[in-house]
Amino acid sequence: MPVYSEKVMDHFTHPRNVGEIENADGIGEEGNPVCGDMMTFYIKVKDNRLEDVKFKTFGCGAAIAVSSMVSEMAKGKTIEEALKITPALVAAELEGLPKNKYHCSNLGAQALHKAIQDYLSKQKTQGDKKP
Amino acid sequence: MRKVYLDNAATTPLLPEVREVMTPFLGEVFGNPSSLHDWGDVARQAVDAARDQVAELIGANAEEVIFTGSGTESNNFAVKGLALAQQSKGKHVVVSAVEHFSALHSARTLEKWGFELTQVPVDKYGLVNPEDVKRSIRKDTVLVSVMHANGEVGTIEPIKEIAKIAKENNVVFHTDAIATAGTIPVDVKELGVDALSLAGNQFYGPKGVGALWVRRGVRIMPLLDGGVQEGGRRAGTENVPAIVGLGKAAELAKANMAARMKQLIPLRDRLLKELPAKIEHVTVTGHLQNRLPGHSSFCVEFIEGESMLMFLNLEGIAVSSGSACTSRALKASHVLIAMGISHELAQGSLLCTFGLDNTNEDVDYVLKALPPIVDRLRQMSPLYSKFIKASKGGK
Repeated sequence: MPVYSEKVMDHFTHPRNVGEIENADGIGEEGNPVCGDMMTFYIKVKDNRLEDVKFKTFGCGAAIAVSSMVSEMAKGKTIEEALKITPALVAAELEGLPKNKYHCSNLGAQALHKAIQDYLSKQKTQGDKKP
Repeated sequence: MRKVYLDNAATTPLLPEVREVMTPFLGEVFGNPSSLHDWGDVARQAVDAARDQVAELIGANAEEVIFTGSGTESNNFAVKGLALAQQSKGKHVVVSAVEHFSALHSARTLEKWGFELTQVPVDKYGLVNPEDVKRSIRKDTVLVSVMHANGEVGTIEPIKEIAKIAKENNVVFHTDAIATAGTIPVDVKELGVDALSLAGNQFYGPKGVGALWVRRGVRIMPLLDGGVQEGGRRAGTENVPAIVGLGKAAELAKANMAARMKQLIPLRDRLLKELPAKIEHVTVTGHLQNRLPGHSSFCVEFIEGESMLMFLNLEGIAVSSGSACTSRALKASHVLIAMGISHELAQGSLLCTFGLDNTNEDVDYVLKALPPIVDRLRQMSPLYSKFIKASKGGK
């Protein structure tokens, strides 16, 4: 078993914000089961803030901990702030990740960013429709 | 907390009787077997006695047994050494697609050295079809290497049939018997093989010691040059305590084999039957009948092996997995992929291998601990929610 930090183990054994959001404002999916990890993020946005963030993850202990950490970091943040969450920041918050697991942390931030892009593009489409 | 070790395919524990015979050789009996004085004599006699014990286990002549530093070394030595010794005859080798990396990657190294390699496929149970081996043999084939049993899925290969084909075609045949020697009856004459690998830590002996048996008259090129230890075939001062331990483990395995199998098979069969009955979308991997005695392996759909392994570890249960995340190379098991199992399903690989310390209560414990873990991980899995939505949508 890889050596995970206490923080990783905490988020792995007690993941925060697991689930889906019905009528989410944005959904982002990253990774695929072939490489071993897959994450789906759901966001609810109110007044430019991530009012709620939920996720579902298929993957190793690191992938689950990363998803949980990303959701915690993103919740309550503005869109702009949330887009600044990087894999390196997530890894740092988790007190480090094993080297060969580092790619998992990329997925968490990316999946969140994809959900935000999804929200922004929907906003744009709606905006375009307005007369 | 209850501790249940179900990773005997990775290594078995060392038996106290084995440790006991090793101990003097880690202390006062320290001579080099090559030395000509009394100190050397004692060590040499101990190594020779161990050689007899190992030979006895596999029905071989003692002088045909070469001690090595591990099962991996035995396989490297066999695949590279047997091919290299015959390269004037031809440069084509045949291995199965499910060989352990120590044999498979040795064959790939031969490719880099100018050999050609044919990998024989397996069916969905991991079985090699001897006819496929027959078809792959060419005029320039110098070596066929197929494992006796696969440590990941437990399937026992039809070695006798494959050896017969190799013999008919005058090709040297090696089998990696690391998963079988000391576990099920292995007799080199009955199998009809030319070379066979085994390892101590697979049958309650020490780690860091293995053996390669090579039939007299079959040429092998040494991989380690130096002194004339092991009949000049494997240089290096012998690891005397480990060799003594391997010998004792071989003796005990031979004497107790039937009883051990009788203990392990019911545990294996219970888990193979009850786990898929208890948890939905769990399939058994490997062959149900032609199977190693203590070996159970599964694929659990919609979840990933490492997270399952970690949660089981928190419950005191040690297992392993062939998922990409559990491998250092981050690749799903080549064995499962060769069996036609999808990458997605292979991620949920779970391997529970029983040993002599295990009891029926251990099976109860796993059957109790695993379902909530699987349920928890599935509740977290986007693949599972997609599956649920799709099956609801279908109705």
